[in-house]
Amino acid sequence: MAKYVIVGASAAGIGAVEAIREIDTAGTITVISDEACPQYSRPMISDYVSGKADFNKMKCRDDEFWKQLKAEAITGKKATALNLTEKTVTLESGEKVPYEKLLLATGGKPFVPKMEGQEKDGVFTFTTITDAQRIAAKIDAIKAKSAVVIGAGLIGLSVTEALTKRGLKVTMVELQDKILSLLLDPQASEMVEGAVKAAGVNIVTGQSVQKIIGKHDNDAAVGGVILTKGDTVQCDLVIVAIGVIPRTELVAGAAIKINRGIIVDNTMQTNVPDVYASGDVAEAYDFVLGQNRLLPLWPLAMQEGHVAGHNMAGQKSTYEGGTNMSSLKYFGIPIVSIGLANPKDDPTVEVLVKSDFERKVYKKLVLRNNVIVGMTMVNCIERAGVIFYLLKNGINIKKFKDQLLVDSFCLATLPASLQKKMNVVQ
Amino acid sequence: MKKIVAKQEACMGCGLCEVHCTVAHSKTKDIIKAYNSERPKPISRVTREIQKPVSFAIQCRHCEDAPCVVACLTGAMTKDPKTGEVKHNKDKCMGCWTCIMVCPYGAIKMDKENKVIAKCDLCQGLKEPACVANCPNQALEFKEVRS
Repeated sequence: MAKYVIVGASAAGIGAVEAIREIDTAGTITVISDEACPQYSRPMISDYVSGKADFNKMKCRDDEFWKQLKAEAITGKKATALNLTEKTVTLESGEKVPYEKLLLATGGKPFVPKMEGQEKDGVFTFTTITDAQRIAAKIDAIKAKSAVVIGAGLIGLSVTEALTKRGLKVTMVELQDKILSLLLDPQASEMVEGAVKAAGVNIVTGQSVQKIIGKHDNDAAVGGVILTKGDTVQCDLVIVAIGVIPRTELVAGAAIKINRGIIVDNTMQTNVPDVYASGDVAEAYDFVLGQNRLLPLWPLAMQEGHVAGHNMAGQKSTYEGGTNMSSLKYFGIPIVSIGLANPKDDPTVEVLVKSDFERKVYKKLVLRNNVIVGMTMVNCIERAGVIFYLLKNGINIKKFKDQLLVDSFCLATLPASLQKKMNVVQ
Repeated sequence: MKKIVAKQEACMGCGLCEVHCTVAHSKTKDIIKAYNSERPKPISRVTREIQKPVSFAIQCRHCEDAPCVVACLTGAMTKDPKTGEVKHNKDKCMGCWTCIMVCPYGAIKMDKENKVIAKCDLCQGLKEPACVANCPNQALEFKEVRS
């Protein structure tokens, strides 16, 4: 009977437990998480802050989930050490948990650069339910009216929308020239920017925060920020939403190879046999770039966890890879953006664009040798998945290239042979 | 499991599948009210795919390895281990559209008013899905297929 130990119980950990149980119903599974109830949707914390969802709605698996899958869940406890020779994980209590197969699914932690004043009361990160609860409680306690959000990526945008919905005046501060610059090209970015500004948000780009200052009557509480160029923005809260970095403390000093994240092969195994890694802590395969890298995205973490779980349970499974891919719902603008959506000075790509300013629709495909390698769809996403299928499967689109961006594009547009392969018709 | 299968050669692209799907998923079950007055607007979960002369109807395929279930950020999309049906729980849905991004069939619809997605539920409770029962040319069949 195999002993499986999984450190981390968010998407990758959940995916792994489910995959192990598809194959091995007898082996013992122990899941360790420092969160009290880890099986919740982290992308939903913005709905918690806005008041749209309570914690119950956020649970992505039942309360009985671990029990149903016969997994022992050690929650609210941190794993503090790893011994690869004796094959144990040590908890903060000193207790040692032995493993035969180990999955490191420790996830990411918010990146917080050094800033003067960052210790002040009212500075938060935005990754976990605890962050969301603290922010919500703070808003109520001090009747917060304004916030500065540092970082205008996915997390920054989500918390900005949540705070705006709660009635706060938000200023987003982004070091890059455009918001969502890792995901969108300038044109799509500007479309979002328009909607964000229309909701009353102030956007500052090309700058960062150099200092967080206190209130006049209480220097220990956040009163504002001073931007790189010297301007002051008054605020009651500061949310640092620059990004996440892998939580690799547990493996520091061990023989497990780390680049920026833990290095894994296509079975999600590390360089140490029987030790696997998945999710935001791991550098997994990007099939568009053709290399491994950090891609801290929930659906990929779940997939990687599945692959790790299958392999840990002895069923050979290879990770087909993911890529930078996100769907956005913020400020009422549905967007899907995938892969190489914003190539810069790349002579090997061909770009197809169609925009309709009246309907606020923007579609863009990036092709290389007649294969789609990147795409952005703004305000017209319902058939984005069909395009993603073509992208993911490396389908040569030469014969129907001129049809891809027309409004009538649909499954019927695809060649009959492909329709057959996809099983869309009898 | 029993799935809805489209017969391309029999489809006329009339769109009655969409109409009857909309009515079947309305509160009033009344065609006039469903289209004219009901709010939030009921949504058709089946779509006519037309590239003349080709047309056929498509709705959730209830995939064996459903990418939407894996990708779902909230646990709203699940695969019923017994029936094989891909189920959507709208109370859990946050309307993030991640499932739409990964559905190769474009079979998941946006219910913008409710800020959730809508997709084929095989008309649970009816003898036969409404699109199948009301297709005038029998271009849709509800039958047992391999996975």
